[in-house]
Amino acid sequence: MKFIPNSAIKDTMLKEMGINDIEELFSDIPKKIGIKKLDMPKGLSQQDTEQRLRGIANKNKSFYDGVSFLGGGIKPHYIPSVVKSIISRAEFYTAYTPYQSEASQGFLQAMFEYQSMIAELTGMDISNCSLYGGFTALAEAALMCTRISRKKTFVIPQNISWEKKSILNNYAKGPGIEVKEVSYDVKTGKIDLEELKKHVDENTSGIYIENPNFFGVFEDKVDEISGIVKDTGSLFVVGIDPISLGVTKSPGEYGADIVIGEGRSFGNPMDFGGSSLGIFACKKEYLRQMPGRIIGITKDADDKRAFCMAFQTREQHIRRGRATSNICTNEGLCALAAVSYLSWLGGNGLEELSRINFEKGQKLAESIELLDGFEGMFSGVHFNEFVIKCSNDVNKVNKKLLKKDIQGGLVLDTWHPELKNCMLFGITERHADADIERLVSALKEVSHV
Amino acid sequence: MYRSAVYDEPLLNELVSSKKEKIKPLGILPDSLKRNEKINIPDIDETQVVRHFHHLSQMNYGIDSGIYPLGSCTMKYNPKICGEIASWDGFAGTNPYQDVSTIQGNLQVMFELERMLCEITGMDYFSLQPAAGAQGEFLGMLLTRAYHEFNKDFERNEIILPDTSHGTNPASAAMAGYKLVEISSAKEGTVDLDVLEKTLSEKTACFMLTNPNTLGIFESEILEISKIVHDTGALLYYDGANMNAIMGKVRPGDMGFDIVHLNLHKTFATPHGGGGPGSGPVGVKMKLEKFLPVPRVCKNKKDYFFDYNAPESIGKIKGHYGNFSVLLKAYVYILMMGRDGLRESSEIAVLNSNYMKKKLLDSGRYELPYKELRKHEFVLSCEKLKQEKNVRALDVAKRLLDYGFHPPTIYFPLIVKEALMIEPTESESKEDLDRYVDALIKISDEKPEIVKNAPGNTPVKRVDDVGATKKPILTWNMI
Repeated sequence: MKFIPNSAIKDTMLKEMGINDIEELFSDIPKKIGIKKLDMPKGLSQQDTEQRLRGIANKNKSFYDGVSFLGGGIKPHYIPSVVKSIISRAEFYTAYTPYQSEASQGFLQAMFEYQSMIAELTGMDISNCSLYGGFTALAEAALMCTRISRKKTFVIPQNISWEKKSILNNYAKGPGIEVKEVSYDVKTGKIDLEELKKHVDENTSGIYIENPNFFGVFEDKVDEISGIVKDTGSLFVVGIDPISLGVTKSPGEYGADIVIGEGRSFGNPMDFGGSSLGIFACKKEYLRQMPGRIIGITKDADDKRAFCMAFQTREQHIRRGRATSNICTNEGLCALAAVSYLSWLGGNGLEELSRINFEKGQKLAESIELLDGFEGMFSGVHFNEFVIKCSNDVNKVNKKLLKKDIQGGLVLDTWHPELKNCMLFGITERHADADIERLVSALKEVSHV
Repeated sequence: MYRSAVYDEPLLNELVSSKKEKIKPLGILPDSLKRNEKINIPDIDETQVVRHFHHLSQMNYGIDSGIYPLGSCTMKYNPKICGEIASWDGFAGTNPYQDVSTIQGNLQVMFELERMLCEITGMDYFSLQPAAGAQGEFLGMLLTRAYHEFNKDFERNEIILPDTSHGTNPASAAMAGYKLVEISSAKEGTVDLDVLEKTLSEKTACFMLTNPNTLGIFESEILEISKIVHDTGALLYYDGANMNAIMGKVRPGDMGFDIVHLNLHKTFATPHGGGGPGSGPVGVKMKLEKFLPVPRVCKNKKDYFFDYNAPESIGKIKGHYGNFSVLLKAYVYILMMGRDGLRESSEIAVLNSNYMKKKLLDSGRYELPYKELRKHEFVLSCEKLKQEKNVRALDVAKRLLDYGFHPPTIYFPLIVKEALMIEPTESESKEDLDRYVDALIKISDEKPEIVKNAPGNTPVKRVDDVGATKKPILTWNMI
């Protein structure tokens, strides 16, 4: 068999063991439930498998088969060949979790560097070396706020992704955390500060905001929000788009206690939404309440610098039912892609990338807002995503765009009924000026039909 | 003798220094958010970046480096073709929010993978959403709660687990808000039916079990276990970490399990990537279908589509549709293996494990507490070595590194003293199994000071794990 070397010599091995039939090794399975074979086809050769998968891939249209302006958090970014080369190194790609430090120094050092860069970017003291994704990172942050504060109300903006909200509610059930939603200002698209004040009290464990928020709008009243957090004695949790941190302050500079986010855009493909990379960073006083793996520096027997997993007593394989989280497998390879990407880009590169994303976002929004039948929904300054209201049926607009191989923005009214005929556009450095012109001229055409 | 590459590889910020400096902020941003300082990440030439990570990779051990018999982790060979296909733009370049007509290929993969996993496990439906085994367990606990609440059965707040269970089991159950009740194993190392029966009550929500268990022993009384669990109205949960022992031989669904999670990054050969990404699909019997996360992938005459219409669904557990890239790799693997290949994988995994077990037992150096017949893994005790020479499981593990081998899982399960938990998988040749066995026998004969000072051939000598906690240095700013 293809990947099973002892297949050919199994009889020799059985003989050596004094066993006549391999079934003897399965004699402990009750006869009543043993099966002879699975009801599925025989295996395919590698060549036939590749051929079949080509056929399946051809039923998809990727970003590169047309152009897409979907917002909602997942957008195409350029991935340098360097990143692909590094994460393909089999010593990384095929390694397990680095339990044996001496045989895992390479991966451990890379994760230490990842943590260092994430801490720097977010303005936090420490970072773990990944959670499943930005969505579960929020859920873990809410649980951590309750562990630290022993309070059970977590406050979030109403305008976050519905999926994130659903995940948060599922994680909140266990410890009995109540999730309260604060509405947004319909003019600016930012969180309504007066509403926020009404929703917090002495039972608030943490307050969460996103910057930029789900509508792409920057929350600029961060100092006021930070003040409200301090007044209630709760924790300040900030969700970020890491690309935006090249032009904005780090959340640490405006008082965040925990910073989370989706890190996919650092060197990972869209992958239909997964794999994803959960960023999780916080102040060092909360270290022992943190979920996930943390890599630290220590010494070896010769007093030489060495890396290892630190504070493992927080984790499930030691603490079992009393662990800070059940997470075991994380998103190591995605974090490796992120640290390779940031090394290649450098601080200057990230700043430039961030500016490009910001500027493209402004340019696309201005071009669309000039068209008849399309208007910007919110006045707040936005990053590389923004909401546009169409005077026509937004689903029809998107269908017509699709005929021209253009994927329009994300339709919002399914989950935000108040945003009828609105769509969330997204753009990155991957979109050329010609792509913008293509969308704008197509929109001009379809709005008149 | 084995030697690993050794570099005194500097940290990136030691390679090229970077310092805080003022930058010109982006004018149009609100003042409260303007970045005024350069990001303190070094700007490094591409050549240096490549060499840095190349050096690091050479100080790391993967399954492509050699045998990796970590018990309960199923470190089998990861076929190259799976990774290559998953990297194609046609898959990797798709967005989860695209119009459904433009992602029919992805939906086909998910739809067919769900059917394949159902057949392999004997379950009725699967959710592909969980990102890892532990998240699958957590979903299993949410489904358990939804099921009992739907039946107006609100008193069930306990989860029962054997003392051999994986650490994630109690952690996941606790995270879902359940009380944990751990039961001790019988003298054969399996579930003690009497103890289980006495522990079960109208408060039991679910019994979580791994079969074969973490000792590698198949729970032969599984049908009796299933009966007494169900008789009390509780559910039976299958931790699929050890599924590699039984593919094509017996199915959790036929054993009576109601909820199953699989680890695609174990049983279905997708790479671990130094810790992830993984994937932990959850399978259920019919009676639990309506609670599964949204969306489900469905098919009408012509097309695949997402179905969000599920009023009793628990909602979402992970963004979008799970770790699709991992699902795709597992799909490719299953297509290639087919029904006979999967069965053969399990047969040879069990053969390899029992072959090693016999040779090591025959050597008289190590002991095998509990029943002799094992499945894909077995757990030896180094207690004799400890008594005679003060050589511990940790020392043996570290010394194996000097022979160029990855050690087994150690000190787990907790009921075996000085445990070495060995899972060779079907990927290893007889020659490699023999070399590993020889190394373990040789180590038991070596002078204790050699074993206790190991490793010496790795990039660093024995690492002081405790030191990292005493004086935390967790970023380069903390140095």
